[in-house]
Amino acid sequence: MADVNLIVDGKKITAPAGALLIEACKNVGIEVPSFCYYPGLSLQGACRMCVVKVEKMPKLQTACTTTVTEGMIVATDSDEVRQARKAMVELLLGNHPLDCPVCDAGGECELQDMAFSYGAAESKFMEAKNHKEEQQWSPVVYFDRPRCILCYRCVRVCGEGMDVWALGVQNRGVSSIIAPNQEDHLDCEECGMCIDICPVGALTSGAYRYKTRPWEMNHVSTICTHCGDGCKTTLGVRQCDTGTEIVRGDNRDKSGINNDFLCIKGRYAFDFAYHKERLTQPLIRKNGKLTPATWEEAFERIGKRFREVRDQDGGGAIGVIGSNRTTNEENYLLSKFARVVLKTNNVDHHRTADYPALAAALHGKPGKTASMRDVLTAPAILLIGNDPTNQHPLLAWQIRTNVRLRRAKLYVINSAPIKLRRQAAGFGLVPAGAEAKAVAFLAGDDSLLDSLADSKIADGLTRDAWIALRETIRAEQNMVIAFGSELRAQDIEKLAGFASTLTGAKLICLGDYSNSRGASEMGIYPDLLPGYEPVTPADKFQKEWGNLPTEKGLSLLEMMDAAKAGTLKALYVVGSNPVGRLGIDPFVLSKSFVVVQDMFLTETANIADVVLPAANAYEKTGTYTNTCGDLQLVKKAGEVSNTKPDFEMIVRIADAMGSDVSGLVPFGSGTHSDMGQTRGAQSGEADRHAVWLEAHNLEPKMTPFDPMAILDEIQRLVAGYDVSRVNLLAGNDQHLEIAASGASSFQDPVLIVPANDNLFSSGTLGRYSKTLNSVYENKSAVPEVAAD
Amino acid sequence: MRFSEEFETRFADMLTHYPTKRSALVPTLLYAQDEIGSLSDEVIQELAQRLELTELEVRNVISYYSMLTTKPRGKYNVQVCTNIACMLRGGEELLDHCKKKLGIGHQGTTQDGLFSLEEVECIGACSWAPAAQVNYDFHENLTNTKMDQILDNYKKKGTQ
Repeated sequence: MADVNLIVDGKKITAPAGALLIEACKNVGIEVPSFCYYPGLSLQGACRMCVVKVEKMPKLQTACTTTVTEGMIVATDSDEVRQARKAMVELLLGNHPLDCPVCDAGGECELQDMAFSYGAAESKFMEAKNHKEEQQWSPVVYFDRPRCILCYRCVRVCGEGMDVWALGVQNRGVSSIIAPNQEDHLDCEECGMCIDICPVGALTSGAYRYKTRPWEMNHVSTICTHCGDGCKTTLGVRQCDTGTEIVRGDNRDKSGINNDFLCIKGRYAFDFAYHKERLTQPLIRKNGKLTPATWEEAFERIGKRFREVRDQDGGGAIGVIGSNRTTNEENYLLSKFARVVLKTNNVDHHRTADYPALAAALHGKPGKTASMRDVLTAPAILLIGNDPTNQHPLLAWQIRTNVRLRRAKLYVINSAPIKLRRQAAGFGLVPAGAEAKAVAFLAGDDSLLDSLADSKIADGLTRDAWIALRETIRAEQNMVIAFGSELRAQDIEKLAGFASTLTGAKLICLGDYSNSRGASEMGIYPDLLPGYEPVTPADKFQKEWGNLPTEKGLSLLEMMDAAKAGTLKALYVVGSNPVGRLGIDPFVLSKSFVVVQDMFLTETANIADVVLPAANAYEKTGTYTNTCGDLQLVKKAGEVSNTKPDFEMIVRIADAMGSDVSGLVPFGSGTHSDMGQTRGAQSGEADRHAVWLEAHNLEPKMTPFDPMAILDEIQRLVAGYDVSRVNLLAGNDQHLEIAASGASSFQDPVLIVPANDNLFSSGTLGRYSKTLNSVYENKSAVPEVAAD
Repeated sequence: MRFSEEFETRFADMLTHYPTKRSALVPTLLYAQDEIGSLSDEVIQELAQRLELTELEVRNVISYYSMLTTKPRGKYNVQVCTNIACMLRGGEELLDHCKKKLGIGHQGTTQDGLFSLEEVECIGACSWAPAAQVNYDFHENLTNTKMDQILDNYKKKGTQ
């Protein structure tokens, strides 16, 4: 539609036809105040704060419900308008308590700002205020009724945004109140969106209330450390006895791929860092007991033993297990450390999705993966397997928002009637484990139709309905196809093949944990180096890293077998809990020298010979790659004294082993290097890293503990990672191209063990979050996750 | 939860009147209340399920309308109008008289469960003020004596 011209406050402006007046004004920098209007939610017209004078219209109009028309003449700040707004504020303040000095929202309250702007200092009301005690609706949601100004934002975001519909409005007129769905408490997903969106302090969070004043915090925006979606969370931090404490998480500035969305984990589950069992001292096993020790002692012990094993039994006697939650830099460094220093390819991690299969399927086919942002704008989405509502809350939010606001078509193929079915235009229920059959059917294999259209499946589709669904899906253009870990190896290849027959289809592979994609891409595999480069011939990395072992190493399970057989003499576990999460018998490791870096004494740390207290992702800097392949910056927000980032610990172990750290982390040498200008027999080899830095206008890093030095190397060497550094530092997400990766081979599908986390669990980490546990205890009906 | 056949016929018919199911909520609530006496948790659960709403949404609507109630009322709900015309013609005195006679206040119910009393806004019978409504029946040009008689009649009818 053509743009329309209108005049606002004497200024000629243009706006797209059909735009709301309030948005048209906002776009040209004219602020029209409002409480109930919220972009993306349905229109309410309840608060009357956005009234403006439109010429030739008899009364003041609400800018949030008026669409722009050609030739409209609007005044947003006339005396009449100001008078009306002032009166509205006066009415709102009629029963609003003036407890701003102790209110959580004080200082960032929209009503406070309005009272400041319109100065309703007088009140004609003489009546006593109607006070009601505050109510606790759930472990994280508190409601202070008199503070509520009835903007209905919470009701709408809970219903329309979250599709939970746990909040409503009861009674009528002045006695209207916001009510939870279970009379006096909430039964909901505990996302905290209602608290976040509340313009005043009516809804407050159990995690943050009465802890601090907003202006006493510093704010650091970083990436959530829980699921693989990569939401940006802005952490409010302040100094405390033991370092820097995180007191709040939100994304009110709407930066990042998640806009203002966060689930309970991103919003509240940073509290594991302050759990009383947090390790803040290295532990060494002495006389069979883990005993506190100094860092020097610990590193010396590890360095000595690792070197002994390597020199006597060879690198093949050492195993390395990486993490799904450490940064790309740490994973890259670990992968490099294992190959270069430990001389082993026995490198693996707890795999939750088959990213190498995706890399293999899309090798040399650029533009075939979707970013998290694409999910919000794609005209159609096909979801195969997984339950995003529980496992990928942001993905579910993007899908719901897209369906609601842009009428995207959602097709779901799942073995359970998952919640997103409510948004689906087509739903195919398949028997458990038959997702791959559905993919083959979509790709044209009609022989599987009988097993899919089995009449024994209650609510299943008939043969004709399956064929109709396939036809509809095949006709969709620019569709995003997201699939869970139900599809592995050849199934992914089949799906990618099917996707390539559609116009503009893009894939998303869904894995658990915040950086499982990063762990994959940084080569935490026995047969893959960073960028899915196979260990043989590995020309690129042989040249860059030096002499590397070329034999395929042991997978995690093979390492355990080797440990049992007594041939795995040492095991280095970084931020992982294979004993607890993968059900490994701890006795298997009794003969090996085990080093564990973790925050807590996990089941794995418990049997270790040396335990090093690690910093978590909120306490360090680096980058994360989310499950879609969006690269984002992780920034240090909190700090707990006497813990170290995994990055520093890896470097210190390499140092304690007597190896040259500068061969591991490129630092410091830039200014003296041969920039490649010299020629001839006498010239040294050009310092490729220094040349790359120079070409990208980057400074050489000064210490081996700076993860940015490894980021330089990642960007230089890992296919697809050469994205704009400036954009990365600015906090923007950048989608990576997987097509440039090495042609990796298929992995054994058995090695993939999905985390099966739900909204209130998060692997081993979740056990140490008081908030998540309190919600669990509150939901007695929800079954406990088995043995975590 | 079982309703009478009459209710079911009405309900089925009601659904055909609206483009969406949820629109049938208010009349359905009224029919259910007439039949059951009040909108119990069980009724709310049943209707929410039938109309594809959350129980919370059903409760929200009930709480909005003063004619809908979740608490059981007496067999005869005496609604005395005290709006302007009735007030000028003695509606408030009539309400006071009822309170005394029945021994209950506004929105109270007698011990025997026979009567409930309610002060209501205009019931559209201004020409014959003061007026009162007992369930769906109107009684007009009331005096205290006339009211006594009416209540006695209902009592007789109710205890037979």
